[in-house]
This record gives sequence, C-alpha cells and structure tokens, in this order.
Amino acid sequence: MHKYILRRILQAIPLLIVISIVSFALIKLAPGDPVRSFVTPDMSPEDVERIRQNMGLDQPIYVQYWQWLVNMLSGDWGYSLVNHRPVLTLIMERLPATIGLMGSALFLSLLISVPLSMYAAARKNKAADKVLSLISYIGISIPSFWFGIMLIYLFAVKLQWLPSMGMRTIGVTSFWDVVKHGILPCTVLVFMNVSVYMRYIRSQTISQLEEDYVQIQYAYGSTTGTVLVRHVLKNTLLPVITIFGMSFPELIAGAFITESVFSWPGMGALGITSVFALDYPVIMGITMISSVMLVIGNLLADILYGIVDPRIKTMR
Amino acid sequence: MNALKLRQVATQFKHQKLAIAALVVLVVFTLASIFAFLSPYDPNKMVVTERLQSPNATHWFGTDDRGRDYLARALYGGRVSLSVGFLSMIIAVGIGTAVGTISGYFGGWVDNVLMRMVDVLMSIPSFFLMLILNAYLKPGISTIIIIIGMLSWMNIARIVRAETLSVKEREYVLYARVSGQSAFKIIVKHIVPSMMPTIIVAATISIASSIMMESSLSFLGLGIQPPNSSWGSMLNNAQGYIGDAPYMALFPGFLILLTVLSFNFLGDVLRTAFEPKANRR
Repeated sequence: MHKYILRRILQAIPLLIVISIVSFALIKLAPGDPVRSFVTPDMSPEDVERIRQNMGLDQPIYVQYWQWLVNMLSGDWGYSLVNHRPVLTLIMERLPATIGLMGSALFLSLLISVPLSMYAAARKNKAADKVLSLISYIGISIPSFWFGIMLIYLFAVKLQWLPSMGMRTIGVTSFWDVVKHGILPCTVLVFMNVSVYMRYIRSQTISQLEEDYVQIQYAYGSTTGTVLVRHVLKNTLLPVITIFGMSFPELIAGAFITESVFSWPGMGALGITSVFALDYPVIMGITMISSVMLVIGNLLADILYGIVDPRIKTMR
Repeated sequence: MNALKLRQVATQFKHQKLAIAALVVLVVFTLASIFAFLSPYDPNKMVVTERLQSPNATHWFGTDDRGRDYLARALYGGRVSLSVGFLSMIIAVGIGTAVGTISGYFGGWVDNVLMRMVDVLMSIPSFFLMLILNAYLKPGISTIIIIIGMLSWMNIARIVRAETLSVKEREYVLYARVSGQSAFKIIVKHIVPSMMPTIIVAATISIASSIMMESSLSFLGLGIQPPNSSWGSMLNNAQGYIGDAPYMALFPGFLILLTVLSFNFLGDVLRTAFEPKANRR
C-alpha cells in the first residue's frame, strides 16, 4: 500500500513542476514591462536599470525561474498590482468564504444525490427514473449564471426573502446572516453538482443491482430497500470517491462564475476580478493553487481507490 | 458509418421522443440564425422611445434598454453562439483526433510525450486559463473560437487514443501495414473512418460545452464584445435590468439552456445507438 501511494506521489511531481513553469510563464508573458510601475518621470535611465537589476530581471530566464520558485516555496508570492498587498495574504483572506460555500455545497450534494440516484436505479426506466434523468440533463445543461440570475430575481427581487449578493449584511455578524446569504449560491452549486453526481452513482448502483450477491439477497426474501441500504450503499463508494476527487479542487479554488454572480467574497470571485484588473501576481497565485489542488484531488482519489478496492493498486 | 449504424440511430430515435424534440429544436435554431436577416427589425437600431418594452404583439421578446428589438438581437446572438460552438468544436475535434490517433498508433515515446502533454493541460483549470488568455489577447470572435477549441480537445484525444489502440490491431489495418501503406494513409483511410461514431458523439457533446464556455466568458464580459452580441453577452447586459425587465434575462438564458440541453441529449442518444452495450444502462 505504501509503495502504491509513494509511486502515485512521485508520478505527480513532474506534473507539479510543469504547472509551476506555466504559472511562471503567465507572469513573464504578461503584457507590459514590470519595471514600469516603479518608474517615475524624474528617474534617469541608470536608475531604471538599477531597479531592473534589483528585481533580478537582468538574469537569465532559468535563474529568474529558480529564484521565483524558491520565493514561492518560502511563501513569498509577490504583491498585488492593484492594492500592493501580499498575494498569499489576499488568498488566505478569501479561503474561509470559499471553503464554507463549496464545502456545504459538496456535503449537501452528496447527501441528496446518493439516495436519489439509488432510488432512480431501483426504478430503472420507470417514470420516476425518467423524470430524474431529465432533471439531471437540465442541471448539466443550465448556464450557472442564468440560473443564479433567475434565483436572484425570484427570491431577492420579487419575494424579497433572501439577500442577492455578498456574504454578510453590513453591521450584522450573526452566523444565520451568513447562512441566509449562502442559500442562493449554494442552491445553484448543489443543483448542478447533484445532476452530475447522479449519473455516476446511478450507473454504479445499476451495475451493482445486477450482481449475484444482490440476486441471492432477493432469493432470501430481502426487499429492494434493505438490499440498497445494507449492501449496495457501501458499493457506491467508488463513484463517490471519483466525485470527491473531481470536486476537491473547487473546495479551495471556488466557483468562478457562481461566486461572481452572487458577489460571494471567495477565491473564484478574486480570480475574476484579478483577470479584469490584469493583476498578474494574483492571477499567477490562483492558477498555481487551482492547478495544484487539481493534481492533489486526483492523487487523493487514486489513493482512496487503492484503499477501498485493493484490486486497483495491483492493476497499475 | 454504414447502413447498420444508421438503422440503429433511427431505432433509437423512434424510442426516444425527446431526441426528436432535441433535433427539431436544433434545426429550428440553426435555420432561425441563418435566416435572421429576414427579421423586420434591425438588431442594432435603437429606438429610444420604445426602450424596455415587455414582450408584446409587435416586439415578441420585448425591447432592451436601448429600445432595440430583443427577438432580432436574440436571433443574431444565436448566430454568434452557434457558430462559435460549431467552429470551436471543429478545432477541438481536429486536434483531439490527430493527437489521439497519432498517440495510439505510434505508441512508445510519441504516446508518452503526447499523453503527458494532455495530463498537464488537464491539470490546469481550463476555464480560468481561457479567461486569462482572453484578457491577455485582443478579445474578438476569432480569438474566442481558437481559445475554446485549443483548450478543450484533451478528453477527445484520450477517447480517440483508447479506441485507436484497439482498432490498430484489427486485421484490415494490419493488412494495410504489411502492404506498405504510410502511417498517415492508414490513420486517415482506415483508423479514423472506423471510429466515426465515437468522433460524432464527442463532437456533439463538444458543441454543447463550447457554447456553454462561450456564453460564460461573454457573460463575464471577457468574451464577445460590442457591437457583436451573443446570448451570453446579452445576459451580461440583462443583469443590470433584472428588476425592471426580467424578460431580458429570461430569453437568452432559456435559449442557451435549450441549445446545450439538445446537444447533450443528442450526444447521449447517439452514444446509446452506436454502442449497443450501453443500451442496458
């Protein structure tokens, strides 16, 4: 088992190195000369050249990359061009909002999709299954921003039950206030998640229901409900792990569009604003974090597969 | 693609009434965007006295904040959305098929290099990368088509590679090889045609996701720029009038949903038709 985990981690390292090169390139290829933001009209060309040297920009590119990598690893991610605050601090400030929103969305989505897909699988090709499948098609095809706008119109503008944007009402610090702000963005995320998850879990459940052990349980007189809860449920763990691996990066990187529509102060919204402001250091930081999380998510899923189903680790 | 496959598709359509509906929706939308010029209204003509009219007998979709006929704008917007979706798909399927077949056919280090490249591209969040590239480059319809196409071929390459691995072992491919045909000829004449069904399914789903990405980019304001408009950029504008003119947000979004839904649905129906094994699911 340890060997398997070690091998998977080693395989991820070259990927991480390439990701770091791409992130570095994002900064390097950014339009405009980075020295210019420090130059004032009364500076002599020598002064400008000194700044360039201080920033290490006269060094060969691989030296610059190495310096950058060392800085990144020691937590120096540079400064935002917009408000001159450290990139890592900006990101850390946004993390709680994103983890809170994405975490509750992920939890609720699993809570809803597992029983719903098992129900659909048990009623395969019956009316209930077809209705659920149509809903899941809609969830996969609906533009998240449009769904968000429609929810805002209905619940914030028309009914005025819920706030339409942000995470807190100014001056209010209660937890309930945050929950109220989170309901609409969470609804958008959960609907889209459940639609995707259902496809995975439903098809796994259907193939489980065709297994011999299920037929034997039926022969012993078990009802579909007991079979599903007692035996099939734990075998839906594999698709749930796949889903977890897929969703893990979002937990940290956030949802770019949904957060923007609801002005949720998380990582996704930070990403969008930094792209608009052409705030390269922040763009680089977010690219770096989201890519690393994507790699870690896949890694975690692979390791969990190996733990849950020992047959898998010998296959590779 | 042979007669048998076509017959399978026909049977599948007969069973799935919704698939026919999806096909009708797509044909109607395509015709509507081709013949958008027949509309009596100019999509860019502003009539200030008629701004923000709710849907009525003269303006079926109402008018927008500048008094432009919203139906005409939706028709022209659909033209942009559909063509971006279609052309990005062509790029994505083209690159995906080329990379997938070359990788699968040659194997060895070629396969290794190409597949590691796919791994890297798939481990960078592609939507964010699209946003960044759009911001770095000059935004425009062709930029968007190229960016979406260039960043969404990876899955297709993986599917095509897997199928090439099995197709290249078939006897007719082996014969072609023994008879001294070039690798390029074998790939183009023997391997690609035999996996047309897979490619068609991938292409259908790819249009759906390209349209979705274009509208997301345009909604955020980083996609289609004025004076052009797409369904996504119409929604961007509509967001500001959600209190006074909710129909401005309702129509374009609903059109995106219907189009993407139809393509996704069609893709799945075709998949079931082509792979009888998948029928059981």
